[in-house]
Amino acid sequence: MAEITIQNLVKTYPGQTERATDDVSLHVDDGEFMVLLGPSGCGKTTLLRMVAGLELPDAGSVHIGGRDVTYLPPNKRNLSMVFQSYAVFPHRRVRHNIGFGLAMAKVPKAEIEKKVAWAADLLQLGPYLDRYPAQLSGGQRQRVAVARAIVMDADVLLMDEPLSNLDALLRLGFRAELKRIVEQIGTTTLYVTHDQVEALSLGDRIAVMRTGQVAQLGRPIEVYDHPSDTFVGGFIGSPPMNFLDAMAHGGVDGGVDGGTITVGDAKLPAPGGLPDGPVRLGIRAEAISVVDAHTEGAVPAMVDVVEPLGAATLLTVRVGEQEVKVQVPPDVNVRNGQTVHLSLTPRAMRLYDAETGLGLDLR
Amino acid sequence: MARARRTRAVPPAYLLIAPSVVFMALLLGWPMVSGILQAFVGPDGVTGAYLQRMNSDPAFWSAVRNTLLLIVVLLPLQFLFALVMAFLLQARPKGHALYFYLWAIPLAVSDLAAGLVWLSIFTDRGYLNSVLETLGLGSVSWLSYENYGSMFVAILIAELWRATSLVLVIVISGMQGIPKDYDEAANVFGASYLQRLRHVWLPLLKPSLQVALILRTILAFQTFAVAQALTGQDFPVLVGETYRWYTALQNPHVASAIAMVVMAVSMVTAVIYLKTLRDSTKGAS
Repeated sequence: MAEITIQNLVKTYPGQTERATDDVSLHVDDGEFMVLLGPSGCGKTTLLRMVAGLELPDAGSVHIGGRDVTYLPPNKRNLSMVFQSYAVFPHRRVRHNIGFGLAMAKVPKAEIEKKVAWAADLLQLGPYLDRYPAQLSGGQRQRVAVARAIVMDADVLLMDEPLSNLDALLRLGFRAELKRIVEQIGTTTLYVTHDQVEALSLGDRIAVMRTGQVAQLGRPIEVYDHPSDTFVGGFIGSPPMNFLDAMAHGGVDGGVDGGTITVGDAKLPAPGGLPDGPVRLGIRAEAISVVDAHTEGAVPAMVDVVEPLGAATLLTVRVGEQEVKVQVPPDVNVRNGQTVHLSLTPRAMRLYDAETGLGLDLR
Repeated sequence: MARARRTRAVPPAYLLIAPSVVFMALLLGWPMVSGILQAFVGPDGVTGAYLQRMNSDPAFWSAVRNTLLLIVVLLPLQFLFALVMAFLLQARPKGHALYFYLWAIPLAVSDLAAGLVWLSIFTDRGYLNSVLETLGLGSVSWLSYENYGSMFVAILIAELWRATSLVLVIVISGMQGIPKDYDEAANVFGASYLQRLRHVWLPLLKPSLQVALILRTILAFQTFAVAQALTGQDFPVLVGETYRWYTALQNPHVASAIAMVVMAVSMVTAVIYLKTLRDSTKGAS
């Protein structure tokens, strides 16, 4: 186990003009589960591959456990990794796939067997140890890939979208299992995904990446509740955060509790200290509720789409020209075309600069 | 509507493969049958006389010995060279595309032409002797029947030059079909370069190596033009004997008998390769 310190990593792929990672720095604590989250092309996999040594950076450094590994080959870094494609060796039986890293390190046979048995037990691979990968299902191959990674006494466990090739049901089941296993072995983990639900459910912390940079770094609930900008808010959550064009009125002298925000015709209370002018109001679907028309500060809206999801009902409504997602309890009875009134939970409102999309820090 | 009327028409699959069946029958089947007839049927009916005659000719057995010796020494060297070349190219050194084309050129050279090129090197007044004389080392009769060893080495080198590129091309194409992930995974899990060669690349290349091995063995049994160009009849090989019986000795029956031997040995070898190198990683356990 070890901490990972990434400093100012810059990487531009040959023939490209844009940087794949642009001066990224990140510290992962010993034993921490860090998720790199972002849309495809944001540089998260490149960053992981530089930690693995599969790509070399143009500038910057990677330290693992205080050791500078920036230019060390992968086999000298004491890592283990789960690949998106699994990369389970087709010519080796499951047993010899799981024990691959140990065999390469010339660990005594008896010890390899013991560890393989332990990992196989943990991942329910016992009955398949003498099969070849071609005789396994995709989910089982994935388990082999994870088993192969956890038997290593590695400093760092790297995972590159390990669940993305599984079907939805398997993914859900295996996600919980993966969390349990990683918590049990306690290895420092760097996990790449583009699936925000995965990131929220697995990570101790999440680094949201965009165009080669870390847009926000924080615990899942922080990232979810307080997105640092409209990009992060729009990327995390299902549905993503709503953003409404609004006008802020800071009140007298930026006085406390003095501000208001106008959305359409509705006036909402807002924290003080706001500069007058246009802002983007961010609010999550579950922080909006449908209320009685006479409620103070209720925003009228027109229902466009009603999607019952079982546990909740998702409404797509229009506030003026702006589309808003609202999550209401399943027993709320609304129909298409109906006018409803929305109440926005004040402490769930986030304000962003209308031009840059950056959060206005008013907490 | 096709379902309604159960016709007895020929299934389309047979029609589609018909051209290649006809092709195989005419160009492979018929020559084989006529070869067998020629080898075993004389004016007085079925006979083993031609086989006996072949067997009693001392040149036949030295041809067998030479051909086998050539295969046993040549093939391992060819595979070693081809693998080393392929792994060198895989490391993508500067100009690797150029190297690949240079190394693949012999593939396009006819074997007789290759033999003649090497003849111009090894012959008494050839390039090799010119260099040796310039250096004051004197000249050697490389291809004289008195120097069996140097004759063998000359043919070996010429064949190595001429036919290794086939193995190289097959290995490279096999390599390109192997995802990079396996190598990367092995690397991350601590395998050194040699360990990755042994535990990842070579096993994954096995199907390609098998194809190359079968092709090269069968082709090596047919070695002829290079040996003929370099040594004439001084270094007899099996197919060379066929040629000699057919042209110089005007006896197509014995020539066919030898051809049958080559065919039988090639088929047996191919079957043995297919059985012993079979891929055990697929199918039910």
